[in-house]
Amino acid sequence: MAKIEDRALAPNASLNDDIGEETRLRMYRMQVEIREAEQRAYDLFLQNLVKGTSHLSLGQEAVAAGCAAAMKPGDLSFCTYRGHAHTLARGVPIEKVLGELMQRDNGLMRGKGGSMHLTSVDHGVMGSYAIIGAHLPIACGAAWRAQYKGQKDVSVCFFGDGTTNIGAFHEALNFAAVWKLPVIFVCENNLYMEYTPIGDVTAVPHPAADRAAAYGLPRIVIDGNDADIVYRTAAAAYEKARAGGGPSLIECLTYRYSGHSRADPAKYRPEGELEKWKERDPIKIYRERLKQFGVSEDIIDAIETYARRRVDEATEKCKAAPPPAVEILTTDVYANGGFAWRN
Amino acid sequence: MAELTYREAVARGIAQEMARDPDVVFLGEDIGKAGGVFKATVGLYEQFGPLRVRDTPISEQAILGAAMGAAMTGLKPIAEIMFSDFFAVCFDYIANEFAKSRYMSNGQVKCPLVVRTGNGAGSRFGAQHSQSVENWCMMIPGLKVVAPSTPRDVIGLMAAAVRDPDPVIFLEHKSLYSVKGDVPDGEIVDRLGIASIVRPGNDATIVALALMVPRALAAADKLKSEHGIDCEVIDVRSLVPLDTRTILGSVARTHRLFTVEENPRLCGWGAEIVSIVADEAFYELDGPPVRITTPHIPLPAADILEDLALPSVERIVERVKNAMES
Repeated sequence: MAKIEDRALAPNASLNDDIGEETRLRMYRMQVEIREAEQRAYDLFLQNLVKGTSHLSLGQEAVAAGCAAAMKPGDLSFCTYRGHAHTLARGVPIEKVLGELMQRDNGLMRGKGGSMHLTSVDHGVMGSYAIIGAHLPIACGAAWRAQYKGQKDVSVCFFGDGTTNIGAFHEALNFAAVWKLPVIFVCENNLYMEYTPIGDVTAVPHPAADRAAAYGLPRIVIDGNDADIVYRTAAAAYEKARAGGGPSLIECLTYRYSGHSRADPAKYRPEGELEKWKERDPIKIYRERLKQFGVSEDIIDAIETYARRRVDEATEKCKAAPPPAVEILTTDVYANGGFAWRN
Repeated sequence: MAELTYREAVARGIAQEMARDPDVVFLGEDIGKAGGVFKATVGLYEQFGPLRVRDTPISEQAILGAAMGAAMTGLKPIAEIMFSDFFAVCFDYIANEFAKSRYMSNGQVKCPLVVRTGNGAGSRFGAQHSQSVENWCMMIPGLKVVAPSTPRDVIGLMAAAVRDPDPVIFLEHKSLYSVKGDVPDGEIVDRLGIASIVRPGNDATIVALALMVPRALAAADKLKSEHGIDCEVIDVRSLVPLDTRTILGSVARTHRLFTVEENPRLCGWGAEIVSIVADEAFYELDGPPVRITTPHIPLPAADILEDLALPSVERIVERVKNAMES
């Protein structure tokens, strides 16, 4: 595993430290729910109930949970096509996400967007973007609005290691730094751009953090499998942004257990790599953390049982839901609700 | 009434909207302190200050992405892309992001912004700074596309574009920046999707856009005085939404259709108009529709070659006369 520079504080011995019991239990529940929902998405895909493509975050749950738990209502998330986890972490109902994946009328966008474009403006999820890097400048724009209007929300933009080699990444980083925008760029470095190891195609060992200096930003690399570390790092970056201190670039080291997408069996991985990372599974780490802090097995088990039940219930609702109404084929192309381009 | 140049009208149009609505902001390369490379935004930085008129790095993706993020969350940005040819380096935003976000999100995401850009040939800048790219934009569901031909329309259509709830591509013609025209005093606000009959006539309909409008008008004068052919000239003004009623109504009176397009021939907007007329007014036509276009070539730099490529007054006269006499 790559060397980790932990810029966050070491986990405190007390459950009621700066993070606190309520937030920790919430982050555990989020991670378990994401794990269960993503695993369910995979199972439903095998049953041909999830169609198209899907990009799972199995193994990367701590980044989503830590970053979302540190946000305030009104903060904005900008996600990628690997965005189920970040969408769920903002409180979007599981049924809405699975419904979209299953192309049902109860889906988040009634089947018009699909797995790669999950959007829930009411929850601050301002879209999931499937063109690599596109949303980094867009997050800058949302942050510019906050700066211009004197609003205190932050825009948090998630992307993978592969994004660090596309032009929009560099344009956005410079732009955000020059304008001192309240935007936080969170790179989930899961070691593979798609099928190719990121190290094979990148000139520096840390694809995001090693570029930070080019934009006058501090180099931040953290253990992305430890939700406490993610939470503390994110909270500090949000606070800096709200105070007018400008953007941050955070590289979270993590690992995806599944392939890039449903089509990828991930045979390119060296033998033993997956198993080694599973020893550092974010949920396993956090379960142990809670136990160290004295949270009882009963409470932990109850969180897990509850998450499973919620995913089960959502699955059944989605299976029973009808497909999208055909009338929506041509709605919402333009703001008048329709698609007319002529008189 | 005042006489303004087309470039002065750009600044006045933007100023009219910025003065009206504090959520209107303006960003782009060299637009602020420098007043724009075409001097079309002179005075805005001084009038509205650095927070509302923001100079950006040479980062077209960042400019359009930032405009979109701001539009999604409550501002009404006007973004400048200096030359429309540069759409090619930020086309993701135009083709994939602005245009599709409302649909993909089932109506949750709004994108009320304007991208204004210097379009068109005549400056001897060569193939990468002279293109007419209106057809790149009009084929994308979710966008609106306008191209004014007069100083007055610059202001009226700018106001309509800024107030429109959808993303609007606003194509200013570089060769029109120095052209003068009468502009009424006070606020000017048009609606998108209205074509204008700029010269009534009985014998043939000539449909034109931007720089081709004054050329079509000059050709119509010659056709009348030298050949006795009385042409009606329509300024399309807005490609999306497209005012097909005005065009179909004109063809129903004149029974002949000519389009004058600066874009290269393949998939130019005139092809769509000819197709609509063929579908819906075929039996009104007394002869085949004729498209007068730039050939299917990149634009050359040399003046003699560039002039040869673009539809000229003489070429329009020649093509209309030949078609009407055959």
